Amino acid sequence: MSAADQPFTASSHERRKLLREKIVRRLMLASALALIIPVVTVIVYLFVKAAPVLSWDYIFQNPGPLGKTGGIWLPLMGTFYLVLVSLALVAPVGILAGIYINEYAPNNWLTRAIGMAVTSLAGVPSIVHALFGVGAFVLTLGLGKSLMAAACTIAVMTIPVIVTATREALAAVPMAFREACWNMGATKWQTIRTIVLPNSISGILTGVILEVSRAAGETAPILFTGAVASVAISTETFDRKIVPYDLNEPFMAMSYHLHVVAEKISGMPEAMKFGTAAVLIALILIINSISITLRVWLRSRKKW
Amino acid sequence: MRAVFHGIRVFGSRALDRAEPLIRIIIYFSGWSSILFVAAIFFFIIKEAWPILPQVNWGEFFFENRWLPNPAEGNAPVYGAAGILYGTFAVTAVSMCIAMPLGLAAAVYISEFATGKVKETLKILVELLAAIPSIIWGFIGLVIVSPLIQNIFNVEIGVNLLNASLMVSMMAIPLIVSISEDSLRAVPDSYREAALALGASRWEVIYKVLFPAAKNGLLAASMLGVGRAVGETMAVWMASGGTESIPDEFSPMILFERIKAMTATIASEMPDAAHGGEHYMMLFVVGIVLLLISVIINVVSDLVIKGIKKRNA
Amino acid sequence: MSENVHIEFNNVSVRYGNDIALDDLDFQVKRNTIYGVVGPANSGKTTMLKCINRTIDFINSAKVEGRVTIDGEDVSKLRNVFALRRRIGMVFPLPVGLPLSIYDNVAYGPRMAGIHDKDRLDELVERCLKQSVLWDEVKDRLKSLGTKLSGGQQQRLTLARALSLEPEILCLDEFSIAIDPVTTMKIEDVLSTLKGEMTIILVTNLIQQAQRISDDLMFLNDSEIVEQGPTAELFANPQKELTARYLSGEMG
Repeated sequence: MSAADQPFTASSHERRKLLREKIVRRLMLASALALIIPVVTVIVYLFVKAAPVLSWDYIFQNPGPLGKTGGIWLPLMGTFYLVLVSLALVAPVGILAGIYINEYAPNNWLTRAIGMAVTSLAGVPSIVHALFGVGAFVLTLGLGKSLMAAACTIAVMTIPVIVTATREALAAVPMAFREACWNMGATKWQTIRTIVLPNSISGILTGVILEVSRAAGETAPILFTGAVASVAISTETFDRKIVPYDLNEPFMAMSYHLHVVAEKISGMPEAMKFGTAAVLIALILIINSISITLRVWLRSRKKW
Repeated sequence: MRAVFHGIRVFGSRALDRAEPLIRIIIYFSGWSSILFVAAIFFFIIKEAWPILPQVNWGEFFFENRWLPNPAEGNAPVYGAAGILYGTFAVTAVSMCIAMPLGLAAAVYISEFATGKVKETLKILVELLAAIPSIIWGFIGLVIVSPLIQNIFNVEIGVNLLNASLMVSMMAIPLIVSISEDSLRAVPDSYREAALALGASRWEVIYKVLFPAAKNGLLAASMLGVGRAVGETMAVWMASGGTESIPDEFSPMILFERIKAMTATIASEMPDAAHGGEHYMMLFVVGIVLLLISVIINVVSDLVIKGIKKRNA
Repeated sequence: MSENVHIEFNNVSVRYGNDIALDDLDFQVKRNTIYGVVGPANSGKTTMLKCINRTIDFINSAKVEGRVTIDGEDVSKLRNVFALRRRIGMVFPLPVGLPLSIYDNVAYGPRMAGIHDKDRLDELVERCLKQSVLWDEVKDRLKSLGTKLSGGQQQRLTLARALSLEPEILCLDEFSIAIDPVTTMKIEDVLSTLKGEMTIILVTNLIQQAQRISDDLMFLNDSEIVEQGPTAELFANPQKELTARYLSGEMG
């Protein structure tokens, strides 16, 4: 029976095509899963191996000598303040730069150069940022190996994150709103501060959270600019516990601490290594989940 | 109480408006600052390497595989970086062989086949995957994958080219997936509908219509993946074994050789390099090479993406 | 220059790069009248309006020649362009509600101009919403979001915003395109009463609308004025054949 006799039955050629399509579809799904399943398995494995040490004590105690015992409080605090200071440095510059590019910049070569500069900045390898940090902050500005130098390095590294998020958030505000305001005699800045910015906050916030995540997880940029394997700081008093570091002193950080305990010290108990890894990845996953949740929630509250 | 709030709002409003000229200046400077920072990066890295630049034996640097900053007694240090360059190249090549097909397939699945909740979930998972920092991958490579490789393939060393490439590909894949998915999404539905109406199967639509239409974006995705692979530090460092060598013959066994990438070289040797010394400056030279490669890749792929945006607009 | 002339265009030409948008426009708008502007799409009507409140400045590629004057003053020479824009109310084809409360929508212009006195703003908002025939529908929900109103309501909101700065000139650019006929009629009635307080320029593609409410009329085609004069005369006795064809609905 040819296809002409039975118009809605597939010919053998078509049946082969359908089979091929089924196979391809299964393959695609398989590759998507091939990514996710191993990763999830590995992460679960991390936590399982870390279980022996994970406890509130682990979080709140300082690392013992050589990090073989004790907890991760000092590295955790170091990461916290690194994030805080770098965010304080990069957020104003990045947000204002995003405002400039999207709202004020004329359509000329200079603007294109700025866009290219932001892209280039995003492509610089993290170790090169470390070298830059050494040359510019540690040496030339005389900050030495310190929290400040490392925070500055991270700030420069995350400029593109904030700028891009800000630009996208601003661009999502319809042009019609701005034109309506301009026609009423409002200046560009008035329009921005009353209509454009308030309606971009969610997108900008997403960028901020992304910066926090990068700053918490990166190791290379802080390698020579301020992170150290151990510090001689006592956290006996309460305020020392909460603010253990000075801006001009070296510090411990979770990411670097993981590097140290994983490779540099012989005889390190397995659980301690996994413990640090588990806490770090939990931190990153929590931060990013907050960002995703925020985005979904804000999308449901759209004003137009 | 409300009057107080109102008063503050009015005052703030008036103050912000009166400060507009100053605010405008600050905004303009912030905008131009990114150019400043890029220039600064080039400046400071070249500055640290400056004294040695005229004396660098570039032939030796690029073609000799002897990186000996601290040779035995009596011998002069040699900075032949061919092995290190090979290391970076090899990791990039192998990781791209893994990441590009996988990433593209996942992107196609998410863009063309997945729907609703499944699609949302997959996209979120890709985002979370992208967030996993380099050091975690390095840790996984060192502690989990290394023994696995040793057991499965019956080799002595688990930290090698294969391990490092696997880890780097896990970092490049989310990038490739999200950019490829964006460019596939940008292809108008009318293309798909027209092809389907002509009797094409879903696969044919993808292969014959979408890929050609989205090829710029897919190309850009690959390039950015390459850029990521070249610039990766911690994952490569911890999973790669730390010895540079260029294999004599091209066999699958090279996957199990130790390698050393440019990024890892800088990271591992910098703490020991005497500040201002020859070794120190040569490490900055490696940094310059890295910087140039990454910036070129990023700028070109950005131009490619802009090419598509202009066409879609 | 007669006392009665409010706005005047003298040999005004506008180019966007190499494209001619307006070609040697020369006309006068008398005070307290409704001046209608009709013509097919892309004839330059919107560009002409942009020249009056200088929003043409926002288009980088635009080059303006000639003089646009208000009360004899050249608008391009005025130092405070924002004050200029506050004297002119603009209503555009697509209704735009700002993502603020209805109250804040109407109060936006005055606030940006520095008026913060609550009583004055309350009175202003009520008056403008009444003038644009929206007050009754929204007086109980002034705090609700302006963007959630229907198209017809948003267009009236836009009109209320345009009136909030008590402008001396009101420009409407094909305001009825996206709204229903009932709302259109309501606004047309309002315009007829408003002309006692201000001068109105009504750009429209609805020929009957121009015939209904405008006092003087200009037919703009292909960036140049084909004919202009009192509305009644143009309809009864068009001098050019093109005008006759357009006004009878044959073209455009």
